[in-house]
Amino acid sequence: MAAGPSDAAPQALRDLPPVPSTSRTGFAEFSVRERMREKLKAARAKAEITLLQEDRSPRPRRLKSIRERKTDFRLDKASDNDKFSEMQEDESHLPSKMKFRDSVKRHKQKSTFQNDFPSAEEAYNFFTFNFDSEPESIKAGARKRNELNEEEEAEEECVETHEDEQEEDETDEDARLVKDDDLFIIGQTAEDFLVMKPADCESYSEQLKKEKEFLFTPSMLAVPPSEKMPGNMQPRYLEDEGLYTGERPFVSQSNQNILENRILRQEQGKEWFGDDGKILALPNPIKQSSTRPPIFSLEEGIAPELETVYRKAIKMTAANQYLVGPGDFQGPFQLDIDISGLIFTHHPCFSREHVLAAKLAQLYDQYLARKQKNLTKLLTDKLHALRNAVECSIDGGDAGVPRPVAQQSIPEYKIEIRQTRRLRDAEQEKDRMLLKTIIKVWKQIKSLRDFQKFTNTPMKLYLRKEEVDQRLDEKAYEAEIQAEINELLEECMEEYEKKMKEYKTELQEWKSWKKTQKSKKKKKKKDIHEEEESVEDCDLGEERVKPIPPKMANSLEIEQQVREKADNCRRKPGEPALIPELVLSGSVTPTELCPRAEVLRREDVKKRSAFIKVLFNAKEVSRTVTRPISSDFRVHFGQIFNLQIFNWPESLKLQIYETMGMSSTTLLAEVFIPVPETTVLTGSAPMEEIEFSSNQRVMLDHEGVGSGVSFSFEADGSNKMTLMTSGKVSNSVSWAVGEKGIPLIPPVSQQNTGIPSALKNIDAIASIGTSGLTDMKKLAKWAVEAKLDPNDPNNAALMQLIMVATSGEARVPDFFRLEQLQQEFNFVSDEEFNRSKRFRLLQLRNGEVAEFRNYKQVPLHEREISEKIFEDYEKRLQERDVIDSKNYLDAHRAVVANYLQKVRESVINRFLIAKHNFLLSDLVNEEEIPSLGILGLSLFKLAEPKRPLKPRRKERKKVTAQNLSDGDIKLLVNIIRAYDIPVRKPVMSKLPQPSKSSRSFNDMFAASPSAQSPMDSPDWALNQVLVRPFVEVSFQRTVCRTTTAEGPNPNWNEELELPFRAPNGDYSTHSLQSVKDEVFINVFDEVLHDAVEDDPERGSGIRTRVERHWLGCVKIPFTTIYFQARVDGTFKVDVPPVLLGYSKEKNLGIERGYDSVQNLSEGSYITLFITIEPQLIPGESVREKMNEMLKKFDTQEEEKLLQAAAKYEAECTSKFPSRKCLTTVIDLNGKTVFITRYIKPLNPPQELLDAIPNSSQTAAELVARYVALIPFLPDSVSFAGICDLWSTSDQFLYLLAGDEEEHAVLLCNYFLGMGKKAWLIIGNAIPEGPTAYVLTLEQSQYVIWNPSTGCFYGQYDTFCPLQNVYCLIGCDNIWFNMQEYDSPIRINFDISKPKLWKSFFSRRLPYPGLRSIQPEELVYQHADKAAAVELQGRIEKILKEKIMEWRPRHLTRWNRYCTSTLRNFLPLLEQNQGKDIEDDHQAELQKQLGDYRVSGFPIHMPFSEVRPLIEAVHSMGVHTIDVSNVEFALAVYIHAYPQNVLSVWIYIASLVRNR
Amino acid sequence: MAAAGSPGVFLLAVNGQIESGQFPGFDDLYCKFCFVYGQDWVPTAGLEEGISQITSKSDVAPTTLVWNFPIDITFKSTNPSGCECWGWWDPARRPGTRLTHTSFAGPQIVVSVYGPDFFGNDVVRGYGAVHVPFTPGRHTRTIAMFVPESTSRLQKFTSWFTGRRPEFTDPKVVAQGEGREVTRVRSQGFVTISFNVVTKDMKKLGYDVSPSDMQNPSLVPVTEGIHKY
Repeated sequence: MAAGPSDAAPQALRDLPPVPSTSRTGFAEFSVRERMREKLKAARAKAEITLLQEDRSPRPRRLKSIRERKTDFRLDKASDNDKFSEMQEDESHLPSKMKFRDSVKRHKQKSTFQNDFPSAEEAYNFFTFNFDSEPESIKAGARKRNELNEEEEAEEECVETHEDEQEEDETDEDARLVKDDDLFIIGQTAEDFLVMKPADCESYSEQLKKEKEFLFTPSMLAVPPSEKMPGNMQPRYLEDEGLYTGERPFVSQSNQNILENRILRQEQGKEWFGDDGKILALPNPIKQSSTRPPIFSLEEGIAPELETVYRKAIKMTAANQYLVGPGDFQGPFQLDIDISGLIFTHHPCFSREHVLAAKLAQLYDQYLARKQKNLTKLLTDKLHALRNAVECSIDGGDAGVPRPVAQQSIPEYKIEIRQTRRLRDAEQEKDRMLLKTIIKVWKQIKSLRDFQKFTNTPMKLYLRKEEVDQRLDEKAYEAEIQAEINELLEECMEEYEKKMKEYKTELQEWKSWKKTQKSKKKKKKKDIHEEEESVEDCDLGEERVKPIPPKMANSLEIEQQVREKADNCRRKPGEPALIPELVLSGSVTPTELCPRAEVLRREDVKKRSAFIKVLFNAKEVSRTVTRPISSDFRVHFGQIFNLQIFNWPESLKLQIYETMGMSSTTLLAEVFIPVPETTVLTGSAPMEEIEFSSNQRVMLDHEGVGSGVSFSFEADGSNKMTLMTSGKVSNSVSWAVGEKGIPLIPPVSQQNTGIPSALKNIDAIASIGTSGLTDMKKLAKWAVEAKLDPNDPNNAALMQLIMVATSGEARVPDFFRLEQLQQEFNFVSDEEFNRSKRFRLLQLRNGEVAEFRNYKQVPLHEREISEKIFEDYEKRLQERDVIDSKNYLDAHRAVVANYLQKVRESVINRFLIAKHNFLLSDLVNEEEIPSLGILGLSLFKLAEPKRPLKPRRKERKKVTAQNLSDGDIKLLVNIIRAYDIPVRKPVMSKLPQPSKSSRSFNDMFAASPSAQSPMDSPDWALNQVLVRPFVEVSFQRTVCRTTTAEGPNPNWNEELELPFRAPNGDYSTHSLQSVKDEVFINVFDEVLHDAVEDDPERGSGIRTRVERHWLGCVKIPFTTIYFQARVDGTFKVDVPPVLLGYSKEKNLGIERGYDSVQNLSEGSYITLFITIEPQLIPGESVREKMNEMLKKFDTQEEEKLLQAAAKYEAECTSKFPSRKCLTTVIDLNGKTVFITRYIKPLNPPQELLDAIPNSSQTAAELVARYVALIPFLPDSVSFAGICDLWSTSDQFLYLLAGDEEEHAVLLCNYFLGMGKKAWLIIGNAIPEGPTAYVLTLEQSQYVIWNPSTGCFYGQYDTFCPLQNVYCLIGCDNIWFNMQEYDSPIRINFDISKPKLWKSFFSRRLPYPGLRSIQPEELVYQHADKAAAVELQGRIEKILKEKIMEWRPRHLTRWNRYCTSTLRNFLPLLEQNQGKDIEDDHQAELQKQLGDYRVSGFPIHMPFSEVRPLIEAVHSMGVHTIDVSNVEFALAVYIHAYPQNVLSVWIYIASLVRNR
Repeated sequence: MAAAGSPGVFLLAVNGQIESGQFPGFDDLYCKFCFVYGQDWVPTAGLEEGISQITSKSDVAPTTLVWNFPIDITFKSTNPSGCECWGWWDPARRPGTRLTHTSFAGPQIVVSVYGPDFFGNDVVRGYGAVHVPFTPGRHTRTIAMFVPESTSRLQKFTSWFTGRRPEFTDPKVVAQGEGREVTRVRSQGFVTISFNVVTKDMKKLGYDVSPSDMQNPSLVPVTEGIHKY
């Protein structure tokens, strides 16, 4: 620092002036600068001075960051390029700043005298200087200058840049300046003779060196202990010496060393070290074990902190128990407390006389009370009455009382008499004693007054003598005594007799004992003489005392006793009756005349006063005025407090205070007042006196006796007594009566008015009715049972209460109210609530009743709601229980329908509840975590060819159902082709026209069928059109038809479009699911007839008539299409077993190419493709959710099993998402049941088995047919698509309705019961969709049964409707199809192969032996043939009416002959199940009705209701024939199977007479 | 509606604006609003739903997002149940019956805020709802906003990564209490809404909603508003 600058500075100085070479400055700016310079001059002088001053003080060291140094560089570079290299050198060896400054200084000294202009150095100094003292102001000054002087600022640019180091805020501004102006400025500096020096940079090492002076880096090395210890002391280890030191908190050794080093640098640093050379430290405060008691959780999975803890309920505080809310129309309730006064029965200021007087008063009160009750008299009367009664019953017993009863009651009476007498005597004695004491006290008072020579109390006792008639009195007295004596005698006699009896028995015993004793003694004496003593000893111990005969009572003795007693407790005869009378008429000695002590006492009394506070529910509500205590120690208040109360009165309390003079107030006593009964009203409430006493101890220095202090009346101080302050508060508490006389009582039991009860405070029983909670009736019952004496005054209150209660005046609530506060919230009364239509509407809507669930805008006014709103609802409610038998011909089915309706309702209710339970997925949309598979798939998709060789069907866009309207949805039916359509029998068309005359059927047709056998005429077969079929699709009464094709295997390939209308225009998912409509696909034969065969104009033209003959149909429910989105496949056409005039074509053997197909199965088939346009999203979610919900709620399955089931399902669906895995289903009660519980061998109806005893094949078919005859009712329709309920087989048989599952379960159970191997197949079939079939193993061949049709198929049957097999269910296991394919043709049904079939119960989870929910055995009702016949008739009638109804413009003739023929024929069909009889039948019919062209067919249906039958008949369209002379024939046959399963055959035919 | 005597409905006109939001850490947000109301309420005029512009935070100190998006709607109703002041009270509810959505029938405004996340995907930043005040005058409400949480850490990560965070199936969920027990949410910012409420015929129908002691119930002092900035 010394040498360097001196070299550098002059150099810089020298070099600076010729800078302009790099300048960009324009001359234009000079003038401005000139002007500015002038201004600057003034400011400069001042700045210089400051600079100089500041310069002297050492410049504080500033750390320079790298960036700052860079700025320096830039500055230099910018100002002068020449200097650049030099700068570099400088930087290397000098702290550049210091050097620079020095040089500036030097230069300044030179330049000041040369010119006054501030040099660049000056300016630099000015700004770079670190003005420690007042940097703000200086800076501000500098700023100002900047603003003022643009030029100067420019000159000082370099300086400014330094400034930026100091002031971060200005960075932007400075930076901008530098950028804009730096070169220009430097040009100016040259002009102004500014000498610029390169900024000095400190080298890093220099910097470090300097830093070392200021900074201290504590070493991390350990400090030798000697440094830490004062003066060569050895470290001392307390722990080694056995003292407790505690564990030091852990600090890492390096940190510790740093700290030690740091501390040691300080003065007195050693103080921080302990004797052991370590830093002083407290022991580690952290405990290793927790001191809080651990909380143990009882339940798993719940954090213990969150666990709920049971606490016993505590009673609500009184403050919360509001009687009623404010603003209630009844208004607040009011309690009137009348405090009339206070009487002290003892007070410290009592004089002795007062004490006596109080005693006297008390006794007198007692006397009065006794007199009022007059128990003696009462008991005496009772005694008399009893005696009379006894006499009566003894004498005659003729007073209507039967003798035995009277006799029986005599001893009772006697006992009663004795008791009463004893009571009476006691009472009499008490009376007498009381009287005596009164007189005694009065005498004491008198003597005291005499003694003290003054009177303090005005009390005087008079004894009034009541003269009595001596003789009468004596007589009564004597009679009484006599009666008593007699009774006593009698009593004694009884006693004597009893005792005598006892005595006799005892004597007997004694004698016998004696005898034995004697005999024993004798024996003993004989035997062992030596032992005599000891024997005697023990004998002596047992020696019995000879009983003493009882004494006969002496009548004289008794008499004496009686008389003595009478003397004691009774007035002597003739003696006047004494009646005491206490009056306050005496005069009190005036104070002047009294001795000093008494005067003092009286003055003291005058000083005293008292007041009473009223506390309601322990809160002071009011207080009386302070009244002086009068000389007779009475305080009169006479104040009535009206308490308006909102809380239930819990307690009422009076606090009695006494004040002495001006100062002290003492609480004398607290008196609790019972809350009055609701019956106690103001006005009728009696004044009551409540006693109180205080344990305060007062000693007075005057005549007053004090309290709690012993004193004596005797002169010698004996007979001491101690009295406590006590007294009585006279008050009354009652419920106020408001205006109009309404009592302001809480409404609990307002009806109980008018029972004044004086005894309620004394008698617990009397206050029973208070709260209105006791059951009055029970009380009355108890009173009757307890034989309460109604005349007993003690019972008066109770009796009255009971009387009121039982007379029905008082309604006692016979319920317990849980929400007693509800009343406060009821803003209208319940009646009004129920009456109001508006409230009812709101309530119903809130309850989500179907009719009102979506009711908008409930009107504000009652009048705006029409009565009609509720009509439907009420009607529905009423009809619920009324079985409407009109629609059902069968009573049982009516009941079932009703039952189903109820199940449906309950399911819907559950659904509504379930709708309010949410899953997370209902509320929150969350992306699933993409699995590797999906990622891979999406990657693979990228590589997919744009135009694949085998294009896949693209999913159509799905449409949510809500925003649709009529006409938007269309049903597309694509009819492709059909196979094996029945062909016309040539006999019908080619029959020679019979002549009108030839009526003999037998002759005509005897040989015709055989003669016209088609086999015989191949020529004809080739030439003739066999059949001209077309298809008509009808849906929702819209009909579409295809063109007519020819031949038994037609090919149409036509698309039909049918509009779809949702019920009520409601296109919601919910509504669509419950559409019951079916798509009918009818196959017809178009037959051309010559219209008028014998028309005269026949030759001119041919008029033909087109007839169509129904051949068969396929029915597909709309819901199937809806759920499946498309129905695609070949369906079996439902061809009637007998088609008149048609036969199966295969016999003809024309189309040889189809032989292979035809051989597989019989019947006609049609290939269809049905879909809905646009595609609707089926509302599966609701259903799934519902199931989910139901699973969550109710189940009796074990949790473990359910978990296993869920796991199994998840595993299966993850592998084959399209295959449905079924483990649990919901039963009719809505409970989740494990599916195998449904499978159990069950007995089929015995009749069916009996029918074909030998052939198991036929029996199986019969059973399948029986099952198929049970009507089909899909759950999706009955439960509005909400859920799929499985009923057990007995329920199913009872309900006689169910869908595929129920049928399948029943069939499977039957097969098991028949000893077959059978399983339930859960799969997918056409047209049903997801369904259940039955699989049986017959002779190593698997057979698939369709339970709802009764058909069966071989495994390899191409026409088997079952398309996919998902899983098999047996009675003890579930097997999930793990094979690649699921078509029954391509899979192996061998469930023993675990690779093909994944079983639910395996070795890992063995079958736990689940109990089946099926019944042990099915009990069948026998077929009711009579009912069937009756039903048959009714249906026939209905159908005939219907057909006539459908032909309103034509005459409908019924051919009775044909009908009867058909009727005879139907049972045959039933018997043969509609097979193999066609030819016979045909022949027979032909035989009988040769004259007619008959077209018709029998329809076979299971019976559920009439409506489907009508529909079926209608859809066949037989009635549509409009030939003028057509006749009809209709026959119905019902075959009854067990359990009321009915098979209905309807044969309908039209006959046209051939001409 | 009865012509002269007593009206059959009362009207509640609400206008105001969704003023601003505070969503620390998020920027470029917009918000949607919709009204949820019970069966007895019908909007007669105005918009039930709306979507605001995207707004960015200002650089200067208060980092509120200002939308100032107007809302203007008029309801008519026959039954005030479920309004802000009557929320607990439903005349048709008897003790023991379930509390259903009809109990919360008064109009509520549901606000949901969206904005881009780190990757530029539009994600939800908050849901919130508040009852439309029922007393005439000016009211300001600040709604605390929240978003549903992912069900697991992994979900959280993937949702962050894919930009598909859990959302409510329907923003209206936040206006009802049903089913909320199955969700977990995290609070995230605030939205301030001001309402100017005018009612008609309420008093005539016996619904006295204005506090008796105050003429002008909740006029927010002007200074208070300023203090926020």
